[in-house]
Parts: sequence; structure tokens; C-alpha cells
Amino acid sequence: MARIGVFICWCGSNIASTVDVKAVAEAAADFPGVAHSVEYKYMCSDPGQTLIRQAIKEKQLTGLVVAACSPRMHEPTFRRAALESGMNPYLVEMANIREHCSWVHEDRAEATTKALETVRMLVEKVRRNTPLEEIRVPVTKRALVIGGGVAGIQAGLDIISAGIPVTVVERTPSIGGHMSQLDETFPTLDCSQCILTPKMVELSQSPLTTIYTYSEIEEVTGYVGNFKVKIRQKAKTVDHVKCTGCGICVEKCPAKVPSEFECGLADRKAIYVPFPQAIPNKPVIDRPNCIYFAKGKCGVCKKICPAEAIDYDVEDTIVEEEVGAIVVATGYDLIDRALYGEYGYGKIADVVDGLQFERMLSASGPTGGKLIKPSTGETPKTVVFVQCVGSRDDSKGIPYCSRICCMYTAKHAMLFKHKVKDGKAYIFYIDVRAGGKGYEEFVKRAVDEDRVVYLRGRVSRIFEKNGTVFVKGSDTISGQQVEIRADLVVLATAVAASDGARQLAQKLRIGFDQHGFLTEAHPKLRPVETNTPGVYLAGTCQAPKDIPDTVSQASAAASKVLGLLSSDELVREPLVAHVSESVCISCFACEDTCPYGAIERVEWKDPETGLTTEIARVNPGICEGCGACIPVCRPKAVDLRGFSEEQIYSEINALSDMFKVKR
Amino acid sequence: MKFAFYPGCSLESSAKEYKESTLLAAESLGLELEEIPDWICCGSTPAHMSDELLGIALPAYSLLLAKQMDTDGVLVTCASCYSRLKAANHAILNDGTMKKKVAEALGEEYDGGVPVRHMLELTSDAIAQPGFDEKITRKLSGLKVASYYGCLLVRPPEITGFDDPEDPQSLDRLVAALGAEPVDWRYKVECCGAALAFSQVDIVRKLSGEILQDAKDTEADVVIVACPLCHSNLDLRQRNIEKYLGIDLEVPVLYFTQLLGLAFGYSAAELGLGKHEINPVPVLRKRGINI
Amino acid sequence: MKSTSVADSTKTASTQFLERVEEQSGQKVRICYQCGKCSAGCPVGYAMDLLPNQVMRLVQLGLKDEVLSCATIWLCASCETCATRCPREIEIVKVMDVLRQKSRREGYPSPAREVPVFVSAFINNLKRFGRLYEAGLVGVYNLLSGHITKDMDKAPAMLLKRKIALMPPRVKGMGKVRKIMKNIEEMRQQ
Repeated sequence: MARIGVFICWCGSNIASTVDVKAVAEAAADFPGVAHSVEYKYMCSDPGQTLIRQAIKEKQLTGLVVAACSPRMHEPTFRRAALESGMNPYLVEMANIREHCSWVHEDRAEATTKALETVRMLVEKVRRNTPLEEIRVPVTKRALVIGGGVAGIQAGLDIISAGIPVTVVERTPSIGGHMSQLDETFPTLDCSQCILTPKMVELSQSPLTTIYTYSEIEEVTGYVGNFKVKIRQKAKTVDHVKCTGCGICVEKCPAKVPSEFECGLADRKAIYVPFPQAIPNKPVIDRPNCIYFAKGKCGVCKKICPAEAIDYDVEDTIVEEEVGAIVVATGYDLIDRALYGEYGYGKIADVVDGLQFERMLSASGPTGGKLIKPSTGETPKTVVFVQCVGSRDDSKGIPYCSRICCMYTAKHAMLFKHKVKDGKAYIFYIDVRAGGKGYEEFVKRAVDEDRVVYLRGRVSRIFEKNGTVFVKGSDTISGQQVEIRADLVVLATAVAASDGARQLAQKLRIGFDQHGFLTEAHPKLRPVETNTPGVYLAGTCQAPKDIPDTVSQASAAASKVLGLLSSDELVREPLVAHVSESVCISCFACEDTCPYGAIERVEWKDPETGLTTEIARVNPGICEGCGACIPVCRPKAVDLRGFSEEQIYSEINALSDMFKVKR
Repeated sequence: MKFAFYPGCSLESSAKEYKESTLLAAESLGLELEEIPDWICCGSTPAHMSDELLGIALPAYSLLLAKQMDTDGVLVTCASCYSRLKAANHAILNDGTMKKKVAEALGEEYDGGVPVRHMLELTSDAIAQPGFDEKITRKLSGLKVASYYGCLLVRPPEITGFDDPEDPQSLDRLVAALGAEPVDWRYKVECCGAALAFSQVDIVRKLSGEILQDAKDTEADVVIVACPLCHSNLDLRQRNIEKYLGIDLEVPVLYFTQLLGLAFGYSAAELGLGKHEINPVPVLRKRGINI
Repeated sequence: MKSTSVADSTKTASTQFLERVEEQSGQKVRICYQCGKCSAGCPVGYAMDLLPNQVMRLVQLGLKDEVLSCATIWLCASCETCATRCPREIEIVKVMDVLRQKSRREGYPSPAREVPVFVSAFINNLKRFGRLYEAGLVGVYNLLSGHITKDMDKAPAMLLKRKIALMPPRVKGMGKVRKIMKNIEEMRQQ
């Protein structure tokens, strides 16, 4: 015989001002199976919890319904209170009469009725709740970091600092990411490579680190604490064990292609190391651009290599790693140039994007740090910077702000003025967003000290005539059309999700938004977690952000990883699906439906017939309890613990009974 | 392919040579044209300026006439007519209230379904067809041509829906297909001020003057257009622009159908080249074109 | 400097004006975030008293008198450059159309009066002939606008080349066309 306790919370006036809590408590006392029903001002407070603990003992309760806020808020609180009084925590349910009721209704009588209905439903459910035990799974103490930019590097360093080994997978031939392309960084103007390369070296030299460059994630299976990852190592064509990094092959290679690292401002060879401080500092062959692979002739690198490290016949290899946690740090790309026909982006040589300008500023860049007009090589005297190129532009499909452009544009203008003392710098902006520490002061410095001219308006059109770039903009403050004849135009192009981020998200079974940015579990309270346990986010793969925020998020993700990997076992909620072996008809519809890959095929011997069949089994370590397998199971062999069909139908029946009573 | 031909008002008077050259070019391209009997003016800019419904109902009237003909759609040659006819279809297809209002005004329902094609679209299709090169009997090589698209042929893109609104290429591709040399210039989609042609002449002089100046600076021999209003501003007004701005232009402006007709071997007289204010014949001869 | 503040006691902000303009144009003027791209690219901007973004702003603020008596709404050439590039995808020409219609119907003076005069002459020409009678239009317009010699610069060239038809066009079914235009006028007045 059930003896259920019902506890109605006022939540101060949050619930009590709309719901007649006393009436609900009184009515609930008469529900079948209810042995005790009270209301109290704050159930979650210490006295409130004491009330519950005492009632469990004194009234010998067998289950609890706490009618209060969302279970997302205080379910753990009340389950803990129950456990302290010796009750199985899974016999406790919450009726949400705040978010689902008092906060969204105004009519007191109707809200009270709804609260009562909600309590009634939960009482019926709790009558059918069974004690459940938490699931314990072992943990693999190794982490995977996908992406070797500053986010991945920082996350990796923080993880190895706790003694946990880390595997880093990087798509390009070197770690370093976009930060290695930058010149000086705002707001302190310290040299980007000078602060990044020590971190690159530290990570790569740790015995706890394994780095796979020129590699991509092929497949991810398993679950939190126990992921299995297949990594495709693209054929480097150069044996990095034999290669000494002497560079003679690069020197002699006849095939030139535009360098990705230099954003097309310089060429690289088909066999190449992307930049001088690259890690590893050994070349790879870019096969689609290699003459040998295109025509079967050439072979200069192989002939000349003193270490005999070139092997044209090697193929991609797949390596498998087992890890307990994954940090995704895949970074960003710039928007497609074709989006901005009106700015001549990609057509006019003297219209460049921010990353190209960084390469020009960089002392190790293609111009040795000299600013030039790409068309002629002359020093530009008038430079126009255009912000929000793509960002905040619904018509281009990018409604969001890219967050970094206001600051790097101020920096660009400032650095230009430092290099070209008699130069003129104009910035077209809509709003200057300088909310970070020291940011506003930095922008002020550009205006006050470096005499950068800010024009408040968006540019409509950029065209080139006889080597001069015409920028047609406006200054809405003075109400003027503005046409500037510039030597060079720098576009602050929008930050877009990294190419391939969506496909990777699908492999990891994590969410992404309409723009391809990966989705955090909660925008405020769980900003580095994803909805897949054990997978965390760091840096611009989640949303555009600057280096300080990226590094902060990377460290946060690392701390989440370390928290997860600090224990030998993982404890998970037992609200998972399970299969009744004797009912399963081996159709495996559940296997096709399960979004988490939690269905396994196992041999099962029927104790009655003695026959062995292959049936479905739910791996409780992987199952997320979503319930997708249940409606597809024709013989109804699958059910969800804590949310059984019986429990849910009893809730629905309770509700329909209440409707009958009303009529 | 057979089309219901909507010449528009200008082709009946100030742009007769556009009509003549369109008919000749269409014949060579194997397009059958039958003029919509008793078509009326599309209303151009003044109609939508004064009343939204008027701006939709006027073109819808002619489209309804065209619907009764057994054709593959309506063919237009004027960018403004093209824009208005397409805007009418767009509004009627996407706005149920407007569709009802148009029906009430016309006393008859129109479904917005008669396809509207500009002669340039059909020409673009034709140059991609096999056998096009065989139609070319006159060499145009060496002729530098600036293609002027203006506003309403490519804008707004959700109405016209053909070619890139910022850097359109269909005329340039045609120029190249005819063996002439397309020049890359800046003013191909700038506005000539057609809507203000009568009422704000100084603005038109400035806008059209800048377009012609840029064509001249790019060393184009001729400008080609696909709209009678553009032609009227750039050619008929050119002497006056020269005087007003104190510049020397002398830039011949041809309809693209005239260029097409030249390549197909028609004579200067057949194509109405003598009707232009700026005589194109000297520069064509200078470039070795045999006319 | 001219003040256009909503708080200025000399100005009367109309709260319904924005709603009316939005309803009639089908455009959400309120979402304009004043980036100025329309003004930056407007080919006629140099001649305007208000730039297009300022027109949008005045509509947002409900400053009806200011916006309906400006020259800009009449100088706009409907070239669609602004609408093509507007990051908020506002069809600015449709807003301008509504402002022009309101300005005319509510009798606001126009600093660029030649344009509305021309528009009226054009529509009347259509009502009479169904198609544009260029010679007639030019004549009537010049008479009404007081610019007797205007476009004489162009006319001789046109006549010389026999470009302009001296006889008006003849269209069958003019009764029906006139009825349609009358219907539209009546529907508008309802």
C-alpha cells in the first residue's frame, strides 16, 4: 500500500500569488495513496527539507511528490533529502507548478486547478515508481582534443598539467591555428607568435601528449568515460621518423601554389611546412598540387632527400584511440568571398581581409612586415577599414556579431599608423563594441593618439579605377555621403563556423546551430558542456570570440575534463532504456533509431526453451534515456526505467479522470 | 519557341530601332514573336509611385491579354517593363490580398503565372546552344564593348532573379560570344536616373555623364544597353551632357540587339544605327568591322 | 542646426505614422538599424535634403511633417540599389512609394515639385491613351511645371531622327482601361 507524501511549495509569492497552495494541499490529501499533504513557504530551504525528512520517518512514506519549481532546479535537493532519510531517491518526483503554471498563468482559479492536476498526475506516477540504483561505469583516463589552435593547445596543456595524457588531432600540417597567423594582439599589442609558440612547444614536448597533425576524426563510438575514436592520418608522403627537417626538398620542389597560411599573399611549394615555427617542423606533400601525383613525373623531392624519407606509395592510415573525454576546438573560417560582390572582395587586389592584413603586418609574413598595396607593392598612404563585412547582415545570412572585428580593426588602424606615420586611416563602423577589459581604452587610444578617423556608416560599394580604390560610404552622424579614394581597403569579414564543423558534430552526436556553430548545453550555466556527456567545447567553434575568451573557455573545458576523469568510475542516472529479453523479436528497429548508438546485439539463451538467439541490449553507459527506441519496438520489449509506459499512461489517465470530474 | 511580344511604349516611338533590331535578332535566333494586341503601358515608375495597386494592375492587364495567346510566355525588351511585369507576377503570386485587389480592379482574376522573359535572357540561352557560332557572319573582333545593365534588369534580385546584381555577366558573355571584347568597368549597374528623366534633368545629366565618362576612361569603343530608357539618357542626351558637364564624351551607345544583328550580318540601315545621336559607324569601321 | 528631436516641443510625433507606413508598404521600417548603407550607395544622395537612412529614422520616430515635406522622397529614382544591399532586407523603394503617396494625398508641399507634377501628367497620359504618348506628355508636363523649354535640348534631336511619334497611340479597349483606373481610384478612396 502506497503512502505518498505531497509537499506544496509557495516559492515565496512566486507560486502562492497565483496558485492557492493551501487548497492544493488540502485536495491532494484525498488523492488515492496519499498519506500526508502539506504546504510550506520555501520547500528548498533547510526547514523545508527538514519537514520532508521528518515526514518520511514519522509517516513511513513510500514516495514523495514535491510540487514546486522545475526539476532542473531542485530535484537533486529533494532526492538527497529523501536519501538522507533512507528513501530511494528515485521514489521522489517533482510537480512543476512554477515554470509550467504560476509563472505562465494569471487566473488564480485556473492556475490552482492546473496545479492540482499536475500534482495528481505525479502522485499516480510515484505510486508506480520503483527503487533504482545509479549506474557505475569505468573511465578511460585520457582526453582527446580536436583542433590544434590556441583553444586546443590551452585545453591540452591544462589537461596534461594534471597528469592526464592527451591526444591532439589537427587537420592542417601544424598546430598553431589562426593565432599563429596574427601579428600583434589587442589590447596590449604583444606579439602573437611570441606568446603562442612557447605553448606550442610545451604541449608538443610533453611525454603525456600525442599529436596527430594532417589528421581528421573518422569515427567516434562509445560514451562518456569510454569513447573509441578512429583518426584518419592523411598520407604525409614524408616519413617523419626518417625526415630530419633539413628543408632541401621544399627548396627544390618546382610546384607552387598559394599559401593558405599567408592567405594567398605568397606561394608555397607542393611539399611544404606551413610556417617557420610549425610543429612538427617537417614537411608534407599536398598531393592534389604535386606534379608527381598529377602527372607521374618529377620526383625531385624523392631524388634529393638525403634521409630517404619520401615515400609516394604510403596511404592514409587509421589509428584508434580510447579516451574518456573529448574537447572540440575546431575554430573558425572567414566567410565566403562570393558573398560580397559589392565590395569587390576577391576581385580587387587592393581589397584584403583582416587575416591578410595581419600577414602583411607580420615581420615573418610575405612582405617582411612592410605594408603594401598588393597590386603595385607601394606603401599605402590612405587605408580604409570596413567593419561588419558580413556580420550583422541578415541579407547575407549572418545576423550575428563577429565580436572580434571592432577590436582588431582598431588595432589594424593603429598598427598602420605606427608603420606609416603620414598615413591616413579611416574606419567605417556601425557600433563600436569594446566591452572587454582595457578594450574601450584601446579604441580611444586609436582615436586620441593615433588620429584614426571613425566614420559611422556602412559602406555600400567599393570599386577600383586606375589603381585607386573608391570606397562609397556614409557618415550618418553628419548625414553625409562619403567617398574615399584609398590605396588599400581592409575588410573585417565575418567569422564563420569552420568548414566541416557540422559533419564533425554529427560524428560526435552534438548539436550545432543554423550557422554551424556548436551548441553548448546551456548558454549561461553550462557554457562549455554539450548535450552529449563527456564532450566539451572550447573557442570559436562554439561562437565567435577573441583570444582571452577562447583561452578562458579552453581552461574551463579542461577543468570539466579533469573533473570527469578524476574518479575511477562514473555515476550516471539509471533513467535508461532496457530490453525484456524474452519479448525481443530481434528486428533491431531500436538499433536504427537510437541516436546514441546505445543498442548492442548480444547472444541470449532462453532459459525456457534453451535456444540461443541474437537480441538487442541497451548499453546503460551510453543510453541517454531519450525514449526514441520505445515507439519503434513492435513487441513492446523496450521500456524506460523511471518513465515506463505504465507510469506515463497512469499520469494521462489521472488527468483524464480529473477532466471527467470537472465536466 | 513562341513568345507574346510586349514592346512597351518607348519601342513604339523613341526606341524604334530597338524594336526593329529585336525582331531581326529574334528571327535569326529562331524565336517567333507575336505582339500582344492592344497591350497597355506597364505604368513604369510613376504608377507605383502614385499607387501600389495601379503599379501592379496595369502590367497585370497586359499579362492577362498575353495569357489568352498560345505562347511560351511574354518577351520584353525594356528593363523597366521587365521589372514591372515581373513585380506584378511576384506580388500576385505571393500576396493573396493583392491578388484579390487586382481581380477587383480588372474585373477578372489573374493568377500571376505567365512567364516573363527579357530578350537578354533568351539571348543568353541561345548563345549556349550548339550552332550559335554558325549564325555569326560578321566579325566583331577588336571591338571593345562596355556592357551597361543599369538598375531594373538585375535589381531587386528577388524580383528579376537573373544574373548577379553586383557584377552581372550576361551581356559581357554575349559580347565575348560574338567575338568582340568585353571591358571590365565600374558603372555597369549604376543608375542613369531614368525615373527622373523629365523632371530632374540635372540629376540625370550627372548620373548618365558619370556612366559615359567611366566607359570612355575604360577605353570602350561602344556601350551596349538592354533598355530604351537607358539608351535615351545615354545617347539622345549625350550632347547635352557634354555641354552641361563641360566634358567631351562621344561614346556611341548601341542596343545589344543591334550588336547581335551586326554579328548576324544585318546592315546598318536595317538595324537603325543611323537613328542614334552619337553615330557608331565611324568607330565600328575603325575597328575593322565591315559595314 | 535644425532640431529633429522627438522631445522637441515644436515637433509633433505621430504614433500611428510608423504603423501606417509599415502596413501600407508591407515593410518593417522599425527594424532599420541605421547602418547607413542605403545612404552610402544612393546615386541621388548628393542632391537630397535628407539621406535615405534619415528618412527611415524620421518614419521610426513618427515625425510625419518633416518626412512628408522633404525633397528626398521625390528625388529617389527607384533604382533599387539600397534595397538590393540593405542588410535588414527592407524594400526601401516601397517605403518611399508610400511616403510619396501620403505626401501628395495629404497636400504637403514638395521642394521638388516637378516630380509629382510629372507623375500626374504621366498617369493622365495613360488614362487618355493607354500607352505613353511621349510628345503629348512632354508638352503637358512642360506647361504644368512651367518649364516651357525643358527637354527642348532633347526634342530636336529626337524629331530630327524621326524618333518621337507625333501622333498619339491608338489602343482598342480604352473604355476598359479607363474603367480599371477608375476602379483603382475608388478602391483607394474607400
